[in-house]
Amino acid sequence: MSTVHLLYFASLRDAAGAGGEAWTTEAIDLRALYVELQARHGFVLPVERLRVAVDGAFARWTDPVRAGSEIAFIPPVSGG
Amino acid sequence: MHTRDFWLADAPVDLAPLRRRVQHDRAGAFASFEGWVRNHNEGRPVHGLRYESYVALAEDEGAKVIAEARAKFDLCGALCVHRIGDLAIGDMAVWVGVTAAHRGAAFDACRWIIDEIKDRVPIWKHERYADGDAGWLHPETTRGTDA
Repeated sequence: MSTVHLLYFASLRDAAGAGGEAWTTEAIDLRALYVELQARHGFVLPVERLRVAVDGAFARWTDPVRAGSEIAFIPPVSGG
Repeated sequence: MHTRDFWLADAPVDLAPLRRRVQHDRAGAFASFEGWVRNHNEGRPVHGLRYESYVALAEDEGAKVIAEARAKFDLCGALCVHRIGDLAIGDMAVWVGVTAAHRGAAFDACRWIIDEIKDRVPIWKHERYADGDAGWLHPETTRGTDA
């Protein structure tokens, strides 16, 4: 079991109803974590359309979930 | 005045200091790009919008874009500022300024930088439409579309 801090942006934040939350998980990697949260919050965007960041740097979906880390799910960007 | 090459601004930006930041005696060309808030998107009238960002990651990734541009093109200076917060129609959302000895590198790098910013930097646009609806834009791809 790992407790992590999650950050949600844009449509993910609207769906979750919060900009972030503490979450305890048994997910083996970041992909499994997103799938778990998709079920919890009803996120529409599939994992293939997102990027993920850990502690302020882009990470890989196959990276393990480290206890105490800050994990951000990055939906498709629309700056400019 | 900022010393970084990319940053997010939560208020309107004064352009004169930005131009001064990219001035260089070796520069014979200055190319800039401004992205503005337009009054429509995909056929729907737009009343205004809001930009949200993951600020720490966006400023880091934006700085990488500028550093990569400096490695890829023969430049004197390169700078980009992106607005966050509430913007009205006609407001400047993003400014890119590039200087080089000659115009080719300046034009090419300016285009390359804005394309990379739109593609990679975690900033999201929330549009308010004339019919009262509103929503986040999560495009399939930004490549090849208008600013």
